[in-house]
Formats: sequence, structure tokens, C-alpha cells
Amino acid sequence: MAKSITHEFVKGLWEEVPPFRLVLGLCPTLGVTTKMQFGIGMGLATTFVLVCANILVSMLRKAVPPKVRIACFIIIIATFVTLVELLMQAFAYPLFLQLGIFIPLIVVNCIVLGRAEAFASKNGLFLSIADGLGIGIGFTLSLAALGALREILGAGTITLWEGIELVNLTSIFPGFQPFQFMVQAPGAFICLGIMLCGMNMVGNR
Amino acid sequence: MGEMIKMVVVLTILSSLSGGVLAYVKENTKEQIEMQVLQLVKGPAIKSIFKDATNDPVADRFSIEENGTQHDFFVAKIDGKTMVAFETAGKGYGGDVGLVVGIDTTEDKVYGVGVTTHSETAGLGSKAKDDPKFAAQFAGVDIKGPIEVGNPINALSGATITSDAVCSAAAEAGEIYARLKPQIEEQLQAFK
Repeated sequence: MAKSITHEFVKGLWEEVPPFRLVLGLCPTLGVTTKMQFGIGMGLATTFVLVCANILVSMLRKAVPPKVRIACFIIIIATFVTLVELLMQAFAYPLFLQLGIFIPLIVVNCIVLGRAEAFASKNGLFLSIADGLGIGIGFTLSLAALGALREILGAGTITLWEGIELVNLTSIFPGFQPFQFMVQAPGAFICLGIMLCGMNMVGNR
Repeated sequence: MGEMIKMVVVLTILSSLSGGVLAYVKENTKEQIEMQVLQLVKGPAIKSIFKDATNDPVADRFSIEENGTQHDFFVAKIDGKTMVAFETAGKGYGGDVGLVVGIDTTEDKVYGVGVTTHSETAGLGSKAKDDPKFAAQFAGVDIKGPIEVGNPINALSGATITSDAVCSAAAEAGEIYARLKPQIEEQLQAFK
């Protein structure tokens, strides 16, 4: 298969979009998407880690002995995750408060380790960057979509970023009652299921 | 044997580099993080308790160390009285519930409380922070106790565990205050 940078980038957006197509990284997908802004924040943090980890893993792929490669990948990933955690605390503290434990948990996000092992350790630098960016943006968009769906049903709003509300149903329909079930944990599973089903129906045509 | 050495060397270099980078970043973001915590977590709670203060309670602060733990006290002046506020925590339904307790040092009564961090259920336990009526019950309560659900605090309906957490945090604040009172008064001299 001829590999082009565009192909590696685009595949992450639909064909291999992590939570829906690969069904990977479900812990943050289900955990943080109570609001669209948390989904976006989580997605961007993961994208940063993914791209940086892919760059380093790809650059070091010839130097790292195969037997300890997983250990090396984990060191690299954990370093970047801690970096994100510190930077987020310093510069985006409200977001850090909301995402909380899910930021350190990016270390065990199987998307990141999965891309390092399955892609970056076998491919060149530029392909790996494209792959990391594609998968990361795909992940961000999925989380944002799931977050938007849950937020509009569960709270009647869609928040793009802290303080920026795109839609507010209560101001359009004063009698709107939020469907709070959607922003609680079981609602996440049901939303994810419905979205997966929708994507499969579109994809199977 | 050569492979073995290579594994050890690669892992060692990688770990040391990682440690170095992280130590550097941590050292450089430390101040910024402390400021953020102060401004965005404790700050709003402190300011909501002491809204009538004539000074800036977030800026006027001191700390007392007790058995290795550091307590930060925020000083406010209202109507010529001196108040202190500090943070404690109680075990809630979804983890620790942080509570800033403001104490009137002349009468040893609670002046006001404010929830800082929590991960309680939205719409139920989260009312401890969002419903001002719940926090208002604490005003004027004797800091020596008892501070518990039912006496004199009414629980939030549907959030008994959260209400317990807030009350136990306030009661703990009372204990800390009683223990450290001499030191607190000594430190307060500087702000008079």
C-alpha cells in the first residue's frame, strides 16, 4: 500500500476515527463529555500528547531495543502527559479542574500507546506526525460531537469554550426541561451507542 | 550481553531526560500554578464569604505549620472586627468536598462558609456550592460546635452525604481553630 501523508492524516478523521471506528480510548470519551467544551479540551490535550509521542517514538525507533520498546514508549508518553498536566494547571486552571483525573489518565489511553506501537515505531517522522494529527483531530471532533449531543439534551446548552455558548435552548423555549440523565454516566453509553449506530448506517451504504 | 547493556543504557538515558525536563517545567510553573489555585479556587469562595471586607482577604494571608501540614489563613477586616478564613475538607459522595470557613475571631462564631472544590452529583450535591441558602445556615453558628446535620444545619434534600461532608469540614475547621488559636491571634497582631 502506497502511503501518502494526506492519506495518513485523513484516515483519522473518518475511516479510523478512534472512539467510533477503532472503539479505543473510551474512558475519556465517556467520562468527560458532559459538556462540549470538556470534550474539546480533552481532545486537544490528547492530540498534543499523541503528536509529540509520535514524533519522539518515530525518531527513536531505530535506537530503541525491541524488547524494551513498550517501556520506552510509556516513558515518552508519561513525560508528555505530565507536561500537559503542569501546563494546563498553570495556564488553563478552570479546564484542569473540570477534567481532573482524566488528564493524568491520558497515559493509559490506548489510542496514544496504540499509535506509538502500531504506527510511529514503524514509520518515518512526517508520516507519524500526520498520523498523530489526524487521529488526534478525529478524537477531538468525536468528543466534541458527543459532548454537544449530551449537553444539548442534558443541559439545553452547547458551550464551545468557557463562557462562549453557541446555543441556549432555555432562552429559545422558556419551558425547556433538561434531560439530566444524558449528562450522567449511563447517558454517555446510550449516546455513544446511538452515534456508533448512526455512523455504521452511513458507512454501510 | 551487548543487547542487555543497550537496553539498560537506552532506558536510563530516556528516564533521566524525562526526569530532567519535568523537573525543569515543574519548577518554572510552580508559582503560576499556586497563583491560579489561589485566584480560581479559594479566591472566589473567600471573596463571597467576606464580601464586605475593607481589605483584600486573598492578599492578606499567613500560614501556620502544624505537624508538617501547612494551614493558610486569610485575614479580613469587617466593621473593625478581624476574621480569618481557611480551607478544610470533608468526605463527600464523589470525593473530597473542599470548604473555606470564615471565622469571626472576636466572638468565635462562623461568619460564613463557601465550597471550593467538589465532585458531587450535578443538581443534587452540587447545591452545596450553588445554593446560597445552604451555606447561609452556617453564619453565626458557634465554632466550638456542634456543627452537624440536623443540629443546627438542615441537610440538602437528596444530598445527605454531601451535607454531612460540609458539616464535618466545618466541624474540623472548628477543631483546627481551637488548637491553633494562640498562634492565630499572635499572627493577627501584624494585621491590626
